[in-house]
Amino acid sequence: MTTAKELAAGLLSAAPADPAQLLPARQQMAFTLGFHIILVPFGIALTTLMLVANWRGLRKGDAEALVLARRWSKVAAVLFAVGAITGTVLSFELGILWPGLMRDYGAAFGFPFAIEGLFFFLEAIFVSIYIYGWDRMRPWAHFWSGIPVSLASVGGAASVIAANSWMNQPGGITVRGGRVVDVRPGEVFFNGAFWLEFLHMFLAAYIVAGFVVAGVYAVGILRGRNDRYHRLGFLIGFVTGAVVMPFQILVGDTIARAVYDDEPVKFAAIEMLPRTGSHVPETLGGALVDGRAQYGLRVPDLASLLAGFSPSTTIHGFEEVPAAVRPTQAQVNIVHWAFDVMVGTATLLLLLALWFAWLYWRRRQDFARNRWLMWLAAVAGAIAVLCLESGWVVTEVGRQPWIVVGQLLTRDAVTTRGNMWAVYAVVLGVYAGVGGGALWVLRVMKRRWGSEGDTAVAVPYGPAPGGGRQAVPAGRSDEGGRG
Amino acid sequence: MTDTVAVFLFVGVVAYCLLGGADFGAGFWDLVAGGAERGRGPRALIDDSLAPVWEANHTWLIYCLVVLWSAFPRAFAAITTTLYVPLLLAALGIVLRGAGFAFRKASFTTAHRRVYGAVFALSSVLTPYCFGAVAGGIASGRVPTRGYGDAVTSWCNPTSVLGGALAVVVCAFLAGAYLTVAARQRSGRSGLFGYFRRRALAAGLVAGAVSIGGIFVLRADARRLFDHLSGRALPLVVVAAVAGAAAVVLLWSGGTRLLREIAALAVALVVVGWGVSQYPFLLGTHLSLTEAASPGSTLNVVVAVACVAVVLIVPSIVLLFALAGRGSIGADHARAGEAR
Repeated sequence: MTTAKELAAGLLSAAPADPAQLLPARQQMAFTLGFHIILVPFGIALTTLMLVANWRGLRKGDAEALVLARRWSKVAAVLFAVGAITGTVLSFELGILWPGLMRDYGAAFGFPFAIEGLFFFLEAIFVSIYIYGWDRMRPWAHFWSGIPVSLASVGGAASVIAANSWMNQPGGITVRGGRVVDVRPGEVFFNGAFWLEFLHMFLAAYIVAGFVVAGVYAVGILRGRNDRYHRLGFLIGFVTGAVVMPFQILVGDTIARAVYDDEPVKFAAIEMLPRTGSHVPETLGGALVDGRAQYGLRVPDLASLLAGFSPSTTIHGFEEVPAAVRPTQAQVNIVHWAFDVMVGTATLLLLLALWFAWLYWRRRQDFARNRWLMWLAAVAGAIAVLCLESGWVVTEVGRQPWIVVGQLLTRDAVTTRGNMWAVYAVVLGVYAGVGGGALWVLRVMKRRWGSEGDTAVAVPYGPAPGGGRQAVPAGRSDEGGRG
Repeated sequence: MTDTVAVFLFVGVVAYCLLGGADFGAGFWDLVAGGAERGRGPRALIDDSLAPVWEANHTWLIYCLVVLWSAFPRAFAAITTTLYVPLLLAALGIVLRGAGFAFRKASFTTAHRRVYGAVFALSSVLTPYCFGAVAGGIASGRVPTRGYGDAVTSWCNPTSVLGGALAVVVCAFLAGAYLTVAARQRSGRSGLFGYFRRRALAAGLVAGAVSIGGIFVLRADARRLFDHLSGRALPLVVVAAVAGAAAVVLLWSGGTRLLREIAALAVALVVVGWGVSQYPFLLGTHLSLTEAASPGSTLNVVVAVACVAVVLIVPSIVLLFALAGRGSIGADHARAGEAR
């Protein structure tokens, strides 16, 4: 296949050999997963922040912390609702879009989801109990009912990561005649890529949730509401994100070297390196054009240095693998750019965290009065989401053209039936509605919290408004909060 | 081990029918509750009964999917490549229903509530119909082992139409029975109690009629299923009929004692009857459970997961239902009085 053809085969059209469903199916999967992944950090980390605030509120009699906990729980419930339905769509898509994957590898790829289902079940039950338990359960019992939510969301995420990382480094199976004849569950779940990928996602969850929460209160502070409530909300979120950030950089660096060792083609795509060599420069930006890395900023020897601590480290180019199982030029460019965006945004967030630490250490100035800091904090959430998405693109596009590395090509896993462009169009429309609806609901809740106080707001999973005409059962309304 | 997994899978199917099904049925009653003013009382009760538990109920669907694709991956791929249209419609219904229900609770203007409410209610009918049609396609052998069966006739056929229609009315019946009991517990014998009692009764009679009509449909369209339903599964069918009749009599006489349990039993036995009749085949009469099964170690994991679920999930669900039921969490009892 010539390069020009490859280029055309990239973003906008499918290669002639591919089923017509391949491109829309990949786009749809990317879109729906990319949508769903934004909700994951809130399930994992916002629920934990909520418990931290709840604990502080109960332990120290901190009324503001309790209000934060109560509101975050309601936000978490809305996002959980959206996450539950978009997650359900994903499980349908696994079968409808990728029947080849499920048919041939479901025995291995599928069961981590069974474990995930277990965790999801627990999460759904205890989310309900916690949300409905405000003012209706004894405060500490209520606090403890939130712990399973947080734990189960971590277990659920680990299970999904197990399935995903298995696609990158499939192990624990015996294949005979194109069929999985033996499965070693432990090796499938704890495959070579599992621990680092899980840790990376786990920390990312705290970074995204932390900075998004901080951003919300930074906006409030910028608008002149510099009160204790906003500062506390900002601090809990920002400190969480800022503390986790350096660890994430370390883990990311470790993963890059693990990818160099275990997934050389993905590493070559990240480095935009067609041909094997040593003294490989690190190219920032740029693009692969006609099979050569062009433009961009080149730092001599850096890629080799980062991969093996020595400029003479050899890095394998992706042209080492046969053309049929090589990533296309467009895919390489996407992976390379996604990697650069991920590292770039992560560096920005790290600098922001360090600046905050510096300000905090010097104690010269009230942090909330530093408008530059507040402005940057206000957009840090969006930057963190961008970072998360680009990291995920590196993992997923970097695996192409394989759906299960070395075992099954994406084009062989896709369905060969139906007009998937039409399905994709409907999905886009529906998700736009659901996403817009969720944002609108959160805005309505925020406005009413501002104007009518805390308990007046009904939420999707919450009980009927307590105050006003619908009375909360007598004697309970004053427990556990200012409500 | 294959049979054990199949039993666990079917337990999930039955649970989803009884719990998720009731939620869909509640959506059906929401749909036909009339204008904003007239439907306020019933809709408030539906909201209150559903909100604390429906996410947990929905999870049974996920459970069924993951067990199916882990334990019987070939069958799963065959089903999704053949019945992708009703499955996509069901997924659409699930998304719209979840979003519609969630957003309705958060919106305050009547116009908004009406739009979200309509979305919630319409998709509550669409989804069970599609799942029923899917079951009909599988049961009548229209899903080939290699998948990619006929994309239209696999779900537009007599057995599928029967499955879909039965799913909708059975959901309505179950929800009617549950809501009758809920109304009784909250507001005594007047008002909403009578409202839902009459509707549950009507749904029960329609469900019975559809079931009887269904016998002839199956006899013509899915002969093996019919033979076994009138053969080895006959005791189940008879008990289901008796329970259904008992539920109708209870509703008629205005009793609520064990009403939910009896109605659920009737529905569960019909579903179990289907399973028993189809055994040992997973797809029609051509792909057996054993042929479709994953390697033993995967089945072991699935069984282990199911056992852990029994240990962890069941007490949690009982706790949730108990808390929701006695008012520790969930709806205010004070509210039911004004829900008229």
